[in-house]
Parts: sequence; structure tokens; C-alpha cells
Amino acid sequence: MSTVAQTAAPPREHYLNIEYGIKSWLLTTDHKRIGLLYLMAITFFFFIGGAFATVIRLELITPAGDLLTSDTYNKMFTMHGIMMVFFFLIPSVPAVLGNFLVPLMIGAKDLAFPKINLLSWYLLMAGGMITLYSVIAGGVDTGWTFYTPFSTTFSNTHVIGAAVGILVAGFSSIFTGLNFIVTIHRMRAPGMTWFRLPLFLWSNYAASIIMVLGTPVVAITIVLVALERAFHIGIFNPALGGDPVLFQHMFWFYSHPAVYIMVLPAMGVTSELISTFSRKTVFGYKFVAFASVAIAVFGFLVWAHHMFVAGISVYAAMIFSILSYLVAIPSAVKVFNWTATLYKGSISYRTPMLYAFGFIGLFTIGGLTGLFLACLGVDVHVTDTYFIVAHFHYIMVGGTVMAYLGGLHYWWPKMTGRMYPEGWAKLSALIIFLGFNLTFFPQFVVGYLGMPRRYHAYPPEFQVLNVMSSAGASILAVGYVLPMIYFVWSLRYGERAGSNPWGATGLEWQTTSPPPTHNFHETPVVEQEPYDYEALPEVEFVA
Amino acid sequence: MSSETVTGPRTFAVIFVALLALTGTTVWVAFVNLGWFNPVAALAIACAKMLLVALFFMEVRHSSRITKIAVSAGLFWLLILLALTLSDYLTRWWPA
Amino acid sequence: MSHSEPSVLQVPELQSHFGDMAQQKESATFGMWLFLITEVMFFGGLFCAYLVYRLQYFGAFAAGSQTLDIRLGALNTAVLLASSFTMVLAVHAAKIGSRKLLVWFLVATMFFGAVFLGIKAVEWHEKYEKHHIPGPDFHFEETLTGHSPMVVDERHAQLFFGFYFAMTGMHALHMVIGMGLLTWLLIAGARGAYTPEYHNPVENVGLYWHFVDIIWIWLFPLLYLISRHY
Repeated sequence: MSTVAQTAAPPREHYLNIEYGIKSWLLTTDHKRIGLLYLMAITFFFFIGGAFATVIRLELITPAGDLLTSDTYNKMFTMHGIMMVFFFLIPSVPAVLGNFLVPLMIGAKDLAFPKINLLSWYLLMAGGMITLYSVIAGGVDTGWTFYTPFSTTFSNTHVIGAAVGILVAGFSSIFTGLNFIVTIHRMRAPGMTWFRLPLFLWSNYAASIIMVLGTPVVAITIVLVALERAFHIGIFNPALGGDPVLFQHMFWFYSHPAVYIMVLPAMGVTSELISTFSRKTVFGYKFVAFASVAIAVFGFLVWAHHMFVAGISVYAAMIFSILSYLVAIPSAVKVFNWTATLYKGSISYRTPMLYAFGFIGLFTIGGLTGLFLACLGVDVHVTDTYFIVAHFHYIMVGGTVMAYLGGLHYWWPKMTGRMYPEGWAKLSALIIFLGFNLTFFPQFVVGYLGMPRRYHAYPPEFQVLNVMSSAGASILAVGYVLPMIYFVWSLRYGERAGSNPWGATGLEWQTTSPPPTHNFHETPVVEQEPYDYEALPEVEFVA
Repeated sequence: MSSETVTGPRTFAVIFVALLALTGTTVWVAFVNLGWFNPVAALAIACAKMLLVALFFMEVRHSSRITKIAVSAGLFWLLILLALTLSDYLTRWWPA
Repeated sequence: MSHSEPSVLQVPELQSHFGDMAQQKESATFGMWLFLITEVMFFGGLFCAYLVYRLQYFGAFAAGSQTLDIRLGALNTAVLLASSFTMVLAVHAAKIGSRKLLVWFLVATMFFGAVFLGIKAVEWHEKYEKHHIPGPDFHFEETLTGHSPMVVDERHAQLFFGFYFAMTGMHALHMVIGMGLLTWLLIAGARGAYTPEYHNPVENVGLYWHFVDIIWIWLFPLLYLISRHY
């Protein structure tokens, strides 16, 4: 296996230069090109969601609601949530990295259904455009959670537009999950048994199960909300005896597992990064693999922990509380196993590894605070405060976004044939880490002290912490913009990468950077266990 | 698994007749007062009809193991949704 | 699941990312099953919501159910079961290579599907005339008849009809999509696209059609048979 990154000449023909022109991209069925199309799409949506976040943090610099009216503020956090959750986080790792890597990692030429894969991208774009229309036409103010009866009866904003956009994007997710499951079951190369699969695949497989089983429930929920709003078929309408809490049950049945759609692939990336940059096999491979599936299954059993104060039965609350404690166990298994992987490993601190460390630390903090929230006694006090906001941002931003960036850096040479500039990348990672913690750690404190979420004004005693948070956000923004710049720069000026610049195991590194359209010149035959670093010579990274 | 166990038209006809018979039964039973057993009977008959369609018309009984697992998983997940949601509604008015 | 130019002599197209036709067929069938599982959860959400309110407002739901025409409902159930029967016969015809029988059974399936939709339209029209469509025009003053008569809350009856239209409407939408798929099969089948070696699309559309039948198998008792003896 070739290992060291040299200034290798790129392959003459590969998936990027095989065809040029806009049609070759918009009508492609190559999973690698589709992964890049997703990269463009979600980056665009990320910056829109980020724009709303900017406005929120600007407003919250001062205690008085002096920048926006409360109604406008409601629209800001709603649209921030919608864009970030449905159009950035849920697609991010699976649709960008997963699409690119799943066939490569199993030794296949493409996913099982390449045309449906392209359809998935168009569905995300269509959904995004419909939702953006709602944003531009005046916005939505229901919160990304669309609670009834406000969303069905009393809100005067473009609820149906936003809901339909999300519905369409949901089908994008369903088809991606379906594609991954069939691909991983049916298209593995000879010798690629289940327990030789890289853990990235186990994680994406588990996330795909969630996509397939959970998304349809939120789809029907959205349909019912739209029907109620448009045709007064009132199913959640209390005036008819309908129960708004039923909406919440149906909504969270998906939306809780959705957070595992966001975090499981990120965990998969982390497994890859930790093992490559410790040059060691992942400790307890089978435990990590099974933990991924366990998270997917258990994740479906805990949804009502979002509803502890909504008026559900206290007995049901107790059941969901204990289940919410149990769901933390497989995640903890993973964190311990990654840590054990580091032990006596040959560790290098390249940018992807920095992001992996960031993920482990910040995900752990987010996850532990989740345990606090699983406790009924605590949750009653901190629900709907900034404690919750901090908790989920630690996981989604400190966790998922960091892992996504780590993966993007790690596989950038494979995707583009170029290395990113290591110095700038390390600097950006550091800026992001510092900016992130400055933004969100004060939110734990201010939330615990009682500051409610979704309010544009707050008591003056919370101002210092809010100013810290807003300052952190501006630093974080710089951290996100820098990679945009240097990634684009690297496309032309970055050092050329060989097929395996990291000296890593895995089938994706056995083919050229960038790979040919059909991934491998001959179908690989797998004979080695995953992460078999003992068999590899030492590697010297260039630069 | 393109198992070439082909189900013949005769078997299908038998199943079809059974399905019609079950439909007739469920309508008839609905008019008889069996108290709490009425909904149980209706659901049990619906379940039986579903199984006949799935196992025979959809050939699940000849399908691969992964297909059988997938179908079972789908039904199981629906049960999770129903059971845990009902765990709220059925206990909401229990004494605290 | 694609197929090339229609011709009796055409060879089914092996897509380039698959190793062989068996892999392509198994993948397509497994993919269809996974899609059907998403549909189980999709309709399942509706069933869950329905169940919650039926338990809470049993009287109103029973009264609403009693206004549905059980004869039309039972007839529709039989019609849809017949369409499933003709569908499996169509798949069988493809397996044994009989183009004529395939076409006839597909036509029969579509015929039964159309009958079902027609009867549905009749039922919905009747609901419209009785002002049982939820919305500003809704009006329900029927009482629950039988052993334990009671006057029901009109608002809860409106909830029942909300579910009636949402569930039968969503089902009907899936039937219409199914009819579209059958039309595609009919056109391709009539041109000889399906052979004993290659008829996977017929099987997979069959799976979809049977699934839609199964949904109705549950809808019928849940909506029409809540309580006919009250």
C-alpha cells in the first residue's frame, strides 16, 4: 500500500475532469459529484442560517429588545433553527461525506440507486428554495418546532411554505438513507464482511435506519399541520378537543432521533480520524459498531424528554426519563473507546485530529449536560432556558460541525487531489474552538441562572454573559469563513496529494486522488481487518 | 434471493377467497355485541388479512432474511410509536 | 429498475455499477421494501393520532363511524382485495412469459382500482351533502344509536371526520400514484418489455400495490366498524 504523500502527479482522468460543463454536474449520477453538489448546497444554507444567528446575537448584546420587535425576533430564531437543522446539519455528514465515501469504502462503483441519489439532491434544493421563499416573503415565527395551535391557527406567517419545504427536504433524507442501506447490504466488495467495514460505514448505516424509520412520521405531522392550517381539518386544534401535545409527540418522535442522524455520522468520522492519527486500530471495534446501532434504536425511545413540562403524564415522563439515561450509555462507550484508542498510539496533531479532539471533548460536555436534562427534577427548572440552547449547540456545533470540518479536511485530498494549507487550517480550528466555547459556555451559566430562550429582551443582570456569547459568535464566524477561503485557494494552489497522503487504511485510499469515475480500476478484494496499522510502515507527513 | 419457489395461481385463489371470507366475518362480527371484544376481533381479523397479503401476495415467506428482518423492524417501530405515545395518554389521568 | 427500448428481443439493461443482474434485482426489491417501510411509518403516524382520539372520544367516533356506509366500505374492501389478486396473477403471467395474460391482469387491476376510487368519490360526495366535511360548514347532529344512545359532542365528531378525510384521502392519493405506476407497467408490458428473466418492475409495483391494499385492510375496520352494535 502506498503511504507517503509525495508531490504525485494527479491521475490523467478522474471524476472531475472526465466531463465539463454545467449539464455534466446537474445531470450527474456519480456519487462523488453529487457529494460535491451537496457541499455547495449545504454551505449556502449554512451561511443563511448563520446570518440569522448573527442577528440574534446582535439583538442579545443589550438587555432591551431594541434591535428587533419581538415578532421579528421570533422569525429570526425560527429561521435560524429551520435552516440549520433541516438544510445543514441533517444532510451535512451523510450527504456530503457519506455520499462521497460510502461506495469507495466498500469497494463499489457507486451507490445502489444513483439516479435516486441525484433526485435526493434536487429534493433538498427544492425544499430549500421553497423554505427560502417563505423566508423572503416574510418569514415564519413559530420556532423550528412548529408547536400547535400557534402554527396551525394563530400564526400569521408563512407556515405552510416553510412546512412544505421541510417536507420535501425530508424525502431527500429518506431516499439517501434508503440508498445507503441497500448499498451497504448489497454492494460490498468481495471479502468486505460486516466486521471489516470502517466504522464510518456502521455509523452511516445506523443513521440511515433513523432516516428511513423516523422521517416519515414528521412528514405526516407536517402534512396534518398544513391541512389544518389550509382546510381546517383540525386534528391538533384544542377548540375541537384536539390535543396540542399530540403534535409534540409526533413531532419529537422524529426530531429526537434526528439529532442522532446528525451526530452518528459525525461519530463515524471521529472513529476514522482518531485511528488514522493514532496509527492504531479503534479500541473495541465491535463495541463501537454495535453502539452505533444501539444509539439508533434507543434514540427512538426517548422523545418525550422534550415534553416533560408540556402536560404529559408524570408516569410516562418517568419512563422517558429512565430511557433517556440509558441512551447515553452507547455514546459513552464510544467516547471511552476513542480515548483508549489514543493510549499508546502514535499521535499526530494534524488539523483533522484537532477537530476530532474537539468533537470528543465538546460532545462529552454536551452529552453530560443531556444527562442533567434527563433528570426530571432538573429539567423542570432549566427547560426553555439557555441551558437547553447551550446543551444542543455543544452537541450540534461543538460535535457535529467540528467532526464535519474534520472529515472535510481529512478527505479533501481524496476529493480534490489537493492538500489544504495546514497552518491556516490549524489556526482556523483553534479560532473555531475558542469562539465556540466563548459563545456557548456562558449560555449554560445564563440559562441556569434563569434566562429564558426565545425572548428578545432579558433582565440586565444577564448582560455580561450575553455580551461574552455574542463576542464569541463573532470569533466563531471568522473561524468558519477562513476554511471557505483556503479550501477554494487550495483547488488551484494547494499541494498535490497522492493517493494516500495520511498513510491510512481503508479502501478509499487505495485509489487515486481524485478517484476515477468508477472509483477503482479493478474491484478490490478485501483480505485485511479494518485499521490494520500494525501491517503498515511508519509514515512521514509532508509539510 | 430469486428463489424460484413460484406460488401458483391456485394458491393465490385460495388466499383471495380466505381474504373475502375474513372481510365478511369482520362485518358480521361488528353487528354482534361482544363488548370489549369487538375491537379486539376487528383488529385481529385485520392483522390476519395483512399477514395473508404480506406472506403470500407479497411473497414474504419466500423472501430473503434481510427482507423479513426489515418488514418486522417496520412493524416493530410502529409499535414503539403507538405504545410509548399511549403510555402518556393512558396514564395521564391516573392519580399522582 | 430501468429498461431500454421496447422490443420483444430486448435484453434487460444491466446498470454499470452493478456486478450482475441478480445483484441489481435484489437491490431493487430490497429498495422497494425499505420504501414501503417508510410508508408504514408515514401512515402509522396517522394511525397513532387516530388511536389517541378514538380512545378519548369513543362515543363521537362511534357515531361518526355509524354514518359511513358499511356496504360501500365492505364492497370497496372486496374490490381492492380483488385488485391485489389480479396483481399477483399479473406477476405470475410475467414469470411464465405470457404477455397477453400480463396485460389483461394489469388492466383488471387498474379496473378494480378505478372502481374503488369511484366508490370513494361517491362516499365523499355523500359526506359533502351531509355537511360532514370538516371546516366552517361542518354540522353533525346524529346521535349514537343502539344499546347506549348518547348525544355526541359535535366538535369531537368533527375530529373523527378530520381523520376520515385525512386517512382515506392519503390512501386515495397513494392509489392514484399506484394507477400511474400500473399505467407505466401496462405500456411497457404491452410492448414486451417483461420476460421470465426480467420482470422485476412488475413485482416491485406489485409490492407497492399490495401495501396500499394492506392500508385499506386496516382503514376499513378502524373507520367503518368502530361500533355497529352500540
